[in-house]
Amino acid sequence: MNIVVCIKQVPDTAEVKINPETGTLMREGVPSIVNPFDTFAIEEALCLKEKFGGKVTVLTMGPQQAVEALKEALAMGADQAILLSDRAFAGSDTWATAYTLALAIRKLGAFDIILCGKQAIDGDTGQVGPGIAVQLAVTALTYVSKINRVEIEPAPGFIEVERVLDEGRETLQTRLPVLLTVVKDINIPRLSTISDIRRAVQMRIPTWTAADLPGADPKKLGLDGSPTRVVTICSPPGRGATVEMIPADRVDEAASALVEKILARNVL
Amino acid sequence: MAIVSIDKEKCIGCGACVDVCPFGALIMADDVAAVNDKCTACGACLDICPVMAISLPESTGGPARDLTAYQGVWVWVEQFRGKARSISWEMMGQGRRLADRRKAALTACVLGHGVEHIAGEAIAYGADRVFHVDHPGLGVYRTSPYAAALVGLVRRYKPEIFLLGASLRGRDLAGSVATELYTGLTADCTGLEIDPESGFLRQTRPAFGGNILATILCPNHRPQMSTVRHRVFEMPHPDSHRQGQIVAVETKLDEERIATSVLNFVQEFTEVNLTEARVIVSGGRGLGNPKGFEMLRELADVLGGTVAASRAAVDAGWIPYEHQVGQTGRTVRPDLYIACGISGAVQHLAGMNTAQVIVAINKDPAAPIFSVADYGITGDLYQIIPALTEQFRKRLRS
Repeated sequence: MNIVVCIKQVPDTAEVKINPETGTLMREGVPSIVNPFDTFAIEEALCLKEKFGGKVTVLTMGPQQAVEALKEALAMGADQAILLSDRAFAGSDTWATAYTLALAIRKLGAFDIILCGKQAIDGDTGQVGPGIAVQLAVTALTYVSKINRVEIEPAPGFIEVERVLDEGRETLQTRLPVLLTVVKDINIPRLSTISDIRRAVQMRIPTWTAADLPGADPKKLGLDGSPTRVVTICSPPGRGATVEMIPADRVDEAASALVEKILARNVL
Repeated sequence: MAIVSIDKEKCIGCGACVDVCPFGALIMADDVAAVNDKCTACGACLDICPVMAISLPESTGGPARDLTAYQGVWVWVEQFRGKARSISWEMMGQGRRLADRRKAALTACVLGHGVEHIAGEAIAYGADRVFHVDHPGLGVYRTSPYAAALVGLVRRYKPEIFLLGASLRGRDLAGSVATELYTGLTADCTGLEIDPESGFLRQTRPAFGGNILATILCPNHRPQMSTVRHRVFEMPHPDSHRQGQIVAVETKLDEERIATSVLNFVQEFTEVNLTEARVIVSGGRGLGNPKGFEMLRELADVLGGTVAASRAAVDAGWIPYEHQVGQTGRTVRPDLYIACGISGAVQHLAGMNTAQVIVAINKDPAAPIFSVADYGITGDLYQIIPALTEQFRKRLRS
């Protein structure tokens, strides 16, 4: 089974600050991590490989330093990793990102399952997974919480999954190949051992540029290919109010004082 | 109107495209496929052709050449088991405001099977026109037939703005539709305004876990597409006397050609679902054990609210993941959020700090949750919460 996992290196959002003078993101010194949802995608790919055999390829698009995210995936057990990095890709929005990743996946050849996290924690859009699927003309099943069954024979094979929707859990079946975006409760990602990490460090990670992607239309790459433009970025307005602490020396009195304050806000 | 072109040399006359065309625009003539003027260039036939004999004209994939051809505001009305989701009516209220600013019409897209009543409701909520697409194959939401129907409508009628609720289905659908149309999509907007000079839609959204707000434009592609979260915009008041036009849209779906089937659905939220909840009582590690959630449920019941949890409580196995609020869980905007024994990690705050009133109860007076709270009490949850429940019960009864 050929499995492709698309991952993203993201700043640890807990550490992101805004420069109050320029209003720009202060990314220096902010640690980069593998997007947490993507670690579930990697783990699920490895579980599928253990069951069906085959190969797990991990892709990311980003600056050279994104190679660190790929090394983590290799340490977890992925077979190969490819970095898509080129100035021509810079400024990609979700449309151009999906387009570029889809070109790379096409170059890799036949695949059975593509896995992505449900969204990245920096942008929170969840659009790249479905976008890749449309670009490749395969079905996307989003918010998958469990893979119930995969049958690769007879061709084309099928997959049955559970997914989380707002009102509950849905069980779906579709033909392979398929793209799945996964949620947190699908699995618990494995930890890499020191020897896994040593092995991963020695693996070669090729970088593909726009020139390496057959059929790439330069007008659809990077900023030029992106329909959206970010025009301003600012800090969100604070909540304004500072907390009013209610003394709790006597619990009944505190409870009654709090109830009156909440009722006065007319939110019930 | 842009139409597909068929390479008659390549065509083998298999008829697959005729079956898949949602608009009946493809016919067999002299043993090869031919296209008539019903074609909307929706592209449904492109992938089905085994010999790749069908192609779209170049311009439909690229930037929209003539932006003025795109007019009006559209809203997708999401329904589940024949009932419209409230988020869609919130979108209608917003769509109405934007349409008035652009001096344009508001159109609702209602897809499903046997949901005529929703088309009528859409007019009451502000639509001037409703595209009503009825087909058994649309009875249960599936991405590909829903996306194909909407893509076909957009290519044919060219809206300037297209809004969808940022529910899980809405995000799934919007991602597919925008990619197929090659247009911009801004997820989870918290603000939508018309730029007074350019007339473009200014879409504001949080990013980086709520640490920044970005304003985004889609200058050269149409429609300008946005998804908006629950409860960001006010629910409009329906007016059953409003007049509007309901357009029944024919669609041809061939079940054989839809790869996906829904086998089962287990409804898990008998209570109001978290993203729509007006009152949320949420518990964290400070509860100490899963039984604490029974106490929270009692308070939530008195308030007509819903129980939620921090990641710590979910990871401890005290409550299922569906209840998790925060960056890796759900983002909520209730009128009242009562955080019980939640310390307030940044990732949790990102999921709830836009609640209207926040109450924090925690034994640690230095817990970061107090930095976003309006009211705080430090002390023992197991004394304070039952007392609070009792007081609310008394006061709300009177």
